[in-house]
Amino acid sequence: MRSLFRSGQARVGGVIVASVVLAALTSPWLLPWDPSAQDLPHRLQGPSGSHWFGLDELGRDILARVLLGARVSLLVGVIVVGVSSIVGMAVGGVSGYYGGTIDQVIGRIMDVLMAFPGMLLAIALVAVLGPSLVNVVLALAVIGWVGYARLVRGQVLRAREFEYVTAAKALGAGTPRVLIRHVLPTAVPPLLVQATLGMAGAILSEAALSFLGLGVQPPTPSWGSMINGGRVHLLDAPHLTIFPGLFLAIVVLGFNFLGDGLRDAVDPRHK
Amino acid sequence: MLGYFLRRVLLAIPVLLGVATLVFSLIHLVPGDPAQAMLGEGAAPNDVDQLRRSLGLDRPLLEQYGEFLGNAISGDLGTSFRTGQPVTAMIAERVPATAELAIAAMLVAIVLALPLGVIAAVKRGTAADYGAMTFALAGVSIPNFWLGPLLAIVFAVELGWLPVSGRGTLAHLVLPAFSLGLALAAILARMTRASLLDELNELYVRAARARGVSRVASITSHALRNSLIPLTTIIALQFGAVLTGAVITETIFAWPGIGRLLIQSIGFRDYPMVQGCILLIAVTYVGVNLVTDLLYGVLDPRIRFE
Repeated sequence: MRSLFRSGQARVGGVIVASVVLAALTSPWLLPWDPSAQDLPHRLQGPSGSHWFGLDELGRDILARVLLGARVSLLVGVIVVGVSSIVGMAVGGVSGYYGGTIDQVIGRIMDVLMAFPGMLLAIALVAVLGPSLVNVVLALAVIGWVGYARLVRGQVLRAREFEYVTAAKALGAGTPRVLIRHVLPTAVPPLLVQATLGMAGAILSEAALSFLGLGVQPPTPSWGSMINGGRVHLLDAPHLTIFPGLFLAIVVLGFNFLGDGLRDAVDPRHK
Repeated sequence: MLGYFLRRVLLAIPVLLGVATLVFSLIHLVPGDPAQAMLGEGAAPNDVDQLRRSLGLDRPLLEQYGEFLGNAISGDLGTSFRTGQPVTAMIAERVPATAELAIAAMLVAIVLALPLGVIAAVKRGTAADYGAMTFALAGVSIPNFWLGPLLAIVFAVELGWLPVSGRGTLAHLVLPAFSLGLALAAILARMTRASLLDELNELYVRAARARGVSRVASITSHALRNSLIPLTTIIALQFGAVLTGAVITETIFAWPGIGRLLIQSIGFRDYPMVQGCILLIAVTYVGVNLVTDLLYGVLDPRIRFE
């Protein structure tokens, strides 16, 4: 932990992430504006003392909606990363520990999922399942677990040869105990790094899907759908696009800084 | 060498089969009746039945699967529900635009990333290194669907230097290529730095310096050349990100490529077209990775004997 926060980048990342989480959680009590209250006579009004980020096309306060959007983004990130890492750890652990046919079958499934570039499979899944927050989470988790499984499998392949693992087996420990108590914990540090960077990826992916109209549906605000909605008013009210995008970029940068700092702390060779 | 090539090609076949199976099953994941979903809730039952028959959805699943695979191999991806035209022909019309954008974005990325990565590695631990890598991390964090509109405001609307959307001249390509290539440049710059740092620590670089080779020549002719080998893999892997990014960039800049066709088809629930676009992008990605694997075997003979 100490080596993590010795890195300037990690400190900046930690402050950004903590600030956004705090602001997103406390915004309903801190801000005087209701994110869904409409002030149509003043629609598209630019930033001012009474509305710091201005008003959107329906006269809603953009700051309040950006912070409500932060809740959606962070929630998607936490669920996608949580589900993906748990599934990835279980599948990668079993695949690496048992090897043989199980490993081969899991390996081929992962090959097929990895054959789809980036978010393409998520776009395809949401396209057929229908646009909604639940389907976005499902689609991102379906493609997300593979990276974690590959990482864990690699770690398990290495760890199962360690002497203390052999000793545990010799002392009569059963396979589940050896796997859960002795082998899988070795994969936790790199998994934490990947999960932190994965938060950035999941938040970006959710925003991209929402930008394409495939994610969170109105009236729930999402940074991606806010940026998309602002495109129509790019010339007369650019603040509609600028603020949600700025928040998105800053949060993603925060998680990337934190992930990089964690990686350097876990494996100093990366420095 | 031939054995290595054959092995790599044979390994790609089950992956392609898996990709085709997943794409085939997409239409069956549509909640309820896909034909009803395509026509809308108010459609007449006769029309729904007719569409179901024309899509082959009334036949046994295995029969549908066999026909899908057979047709896909012969290049027949069905008929667009929206236009009634063959999916393959409509996609083929869009391929040049997407290829042009993808190649331009990759060139932008390489031209930006290589000098940045080299400077960061050579000046390791200095302000130049931190600056370059912070820029790279910022580049990864800025979404192209935000960067694109901002670039359009500045360079197309305010300065009037470039067209805001569409395809035609080289000027039309600049904004989409930059907004798509920047994130890739950021990733490549980081990889170039890491890869070059590995090589700079090798004994052969020190030996070259001891033999009197200049510092610049030891970097460019020795270390950088070897560090380019892993970079080719990274560039090829990132080609997938470029293809996915193109879906968004083409939508922003009204670029008439496959990505825009895909998003338009999703809006119209034109599932045969969605399947066709997804299949083509995935197969292209597998193909590019295969070619990279083969090239890797040529560039680094050790790989062939692993």
